[in-house]
Amino acid sequence: MTSMMAGNTTTQRPADATTTGAAVEIDDVAVRFRTKKKDVTALTDVSLRIEPGEFVSIVGASGCGKSTLLKLVSGLLRPSSGQVRLHGEDVRGPRRDIGYVFQRAALLDWRTARRNILLQAEIRRIPKAQARERADELIAMTGLTGFEDAYPNELSGGMQQRVALCRALLHRPPVLLMDEPFGALDALTREQMNIELRRIWRETGTTVLLVTHSIAEAVYLANRVVVMTPRPGTVAELIDVDLPAERDYGQTMSEPAFARATGRIRDLLGATTTAE
Amino acid sequence: MAAQSSTDLLERTKSAQGGAVAARRPASVGASVARFVQGMWRPFAVLVAIFVAWWAVTAANLIEPYLVPSPSRTLDVILSQSGYFAHNTWITAYETILGFAIAIVVGVVSAVVMVYSPTVEKSLYPLLLFAQVIPKIAIAPLFVVWLGFGLTPKIVVAVLMAFFPIVISTVTGLKSIDPEMLQLSATMGAGPGQTFWKIRFPASLPHLFAGLKVAATMAVTGAVVGEFVGANEGLGYVILQANGNLDTPMLFAGLLIMSLLGVVLFVLVELIEYFVLPWHASRRTDAATTSL
Repeated sequence: MTSMMAGNTTTQRPADATTTGAAVEIDDVAVRFRTKKKDVTALTDVSLRIEPGEFVSIVGASGCGKSTLLKLVSGLLRPSSGQVRLHGEDVRGPRRDIGYVFQRAALLDWRTARRNILLQAEIRRIPKAQARERADELIAMTGLTGFEDAYPNELSGGMQQRVALCRALLHRPPVLLMDEPFGALDALTREQMNIELRRIWRETGTTVLLVTHSIAEAVYLANRVVVMTPRPGTVAELIDVDLPAERDYGQTMSEPAFARATGRIRDLLGATTTAE
Repeated sequence: MAAQSSTDLLERTKSAQGGAVAARRPASVGASVARFVQGMWRPFAVLVAIFVAWWAVTAANLIEPYLVPSPSRTLDVILSQSGYFAHNTWITAYETILGFAIAIVVGVVSAVVMVYSPTVEKSLYPLLLFAQVIPKIAIAPLFVVWLGFGLTPKIVVAVLMAFFPIVISTVTGLKSIDPEMLQLSATMGAGPGQTFWKIRFPASLPHLFAGLKVAATMAVTGAVVGEFVGANEGLGYVILQANGNLDTPMLFAGLLIMSLLGVVLFVLVELIEYFVLPWHASRRTDAATTSL
């Protein structure tokens, strides 16, 4: 029964309001870490509902538990209390139906770009021909053409992140988790990657959860922005981004709706940090 | 990083990488062997210089011939008794290579077990250190008592000498894996076997090879130490005999062949590393550090 549901959710469905319709449900979750001296509460009272096909950005001060939130959704971490559901299924243990991109590309030095992407297929035992075709498709989509046979140490930071993104998308995951994927890139490469990620998201229709420190990046990319408070992290506010689906980068930056959203986030983050 | 458009960056990487990729994939195995040998002319030149100096010192009669024999006398001894040397070199080489091979298997396996079980690591590590700290020359006679005069005690000492650097380097290598890489493999649904063979083990190879190079030279020392305490063949025995008879040309001949044996084994390991880790060796040449 549950496996059937997981199968169904991989196909795109219009967002409906039933309980099982959500791609990700986080229900009154708290995470506490026990260290030698004291207990640290990383997250508390976090509830969130993300519809299939949504692009949600998560912003907040350093150490507010943004990355912890992604680890909960992926099942790499269990909540101390509360529940996390992926397509209506309780998350217990690492989930295979997600794609993960970290700040560092985490590529294998001894594999070429293409073989790094295909690692995903080898471990999942996806038939070779099918995997190769999908990899070629992603390489073309992310602009890696011509770099397939380069080793990671021959690629720039932006190119390495593209490889990591291809690897995360190879198995067509219904949910893509991105933990500050462009944090280590220079400003211009980062803008370029934002434009490309927006396009790739629209082409694939994947649900995306993006953790970022850049307010502009969060607003440009997302339908909704989750603003979090400093530790113990909780949701301060959910901001709907009132921008058209087709977003030209330069034009978006000068939209009143963009200024409203970024202004509001800045206020919230500023207010929360001064309150500490 | 100066600000520049990513397409520009893209172009730069493309052109910079063109050469590197071409060099990475040599046309044939022969071509890469040639490249490997080409990189060795400098140490070879130094070796020739040392021989010339040795020859000059003895030819000018600066040192009595019974203290330091000339290179030609030493070579004469080797050539005139080539059968004798060939046999004894073969014995020592056999002990060394067998000891080295056993040390690799035992070392790598115990490192893997230690990395996967903290309990085993905590209980085994101090024991390992203890075994390493005991001078091998001090316990070698014990092995002769236990195992007799045959080749076995020599192989055991060679294993003991070579084992430690292999364990330490493999443990370090297996632990050096990026934790995010392990999390990633968990979300791919990788089993422990897949994670080990596809990610952890290949990532540990640069460390492992560093340990193997140290261990290769240690294995030669181990075999010779084993021969010193009780043997009737092998290079250690040849040297001990020559020393007893004050036969310095024979002594020098033994030393020369013994060092050659160590160097050959070292180069062999380096050659294997060169082929197994092309992605790593290429980085080393960037840093212009070739060990030989």
